[in-house]
Amino acid sequence: MTQTPTTTTDAQAERRTKIARQFIGMIPHARELAMQVTDVGPGMAEITMPFDPRLVGDPDTGVIHGGAVSALMDTCCGAAVIAHPDSALGTATIDLRIDYMRAATPGQSIRAVATCYHMTRSVAFVRATAYDADPDRPVACATGAFTVERPKDPA
Amino acid sequence: MSRRPEPVQVVKQRRDAALEALIDGVPYIKFLGIRFDRRGDELTGVLPYADMLIGNPALPAIHGGVTAAFLEVTSIISLSWFTQWDALEAGEGVEDSPRRLPKTIDFTVDYLRSGLPRDAYARARITRSGRRYASVHAEGWQDNSARPFAQATGHFLMPQRD
Repeated sequence: MTQTPTTTTDAQAERRTKIARQFIGMIPHARELAMQVTDVGPGMAEITMPFDPRLVGDPDTGVIHGGAVSALMDTCCGAAVIAHPDSALGTATIDLRIDYMRAATPGQSIRAVATCYHMTRSVAFVRATAYDADPDRPVACATGAFTVERPKDPA
Repeated sequence: MSRRPEPVQVVKQRRDAALEALIDGVPYIKFLGIRFDRRGDELTGVLPYADMLIGNPALPAIHGGVTAAFLEVTSIISLSWFTQWDALEAGEGVEDSPRRLPKTIDFTVDYLRSGLPRDAYARARITRSGRRYASVHAEGWQDNSARPFAQATGHFLMPQRD
């Protein structure tokens, strides 16, 4: 885990939360899926996506399609990169792997928690876990690498 | 019974109905607006551009999650399609049997370049198809098929016949 300065003030935390909320609010696809930032910390983000019948992948069971979980995971990982103390101006996914551990329970919202556990000058490494209402049995896990966009002239 | 080839309309109607049976009624496929073009047994997923697919409004670029979802949908439909093809051609009524879709075990997407705000296409190749597990490779492109914007590999658990 990334060591973050313990001097983080409430003002910084508030700023981070605001940036993460803005980040999500500006993404049309995240808005379409009604994603909400429910928690933000240094290099950490939690995003919740409500159940929506339009996202069902198997009409016989009513289970949400893995693709919708991918969209949530990808957004949440990006938000964790933006929320990192060595903050990037922007980020894009280089690669993302998702392991589907079980079907999400129909009717329940899905909550993803992502941690940006390492960041170099140009790459951010992120892990995420998704849950439905049962916090002891994750629905899916993700691992990804993201670009770190920095100002052209750091001086 | 005569061994004359079936009339082309009969063949087409049967294949189109089988493909439709796989896709029809899956809300998420409809939500993203994905359709499939069929040439014989070859399938191409088509994702028509829509504003709500955008993930980065500044560029603008298609959301990485949408790209992943598009490749995953194309993989699942192609996998079901290819595994039922022989039964379909043997004249078994595939559309009568309950829909049993493969389940994704894991799915890895490489983002090769940003998805432009225009239509996207994808094709999946089944690299290994076993009784229980299958491996699939998918590629997505936009204007130029030689320059894919994303590729993916995934593993799937096959529906069990009982």
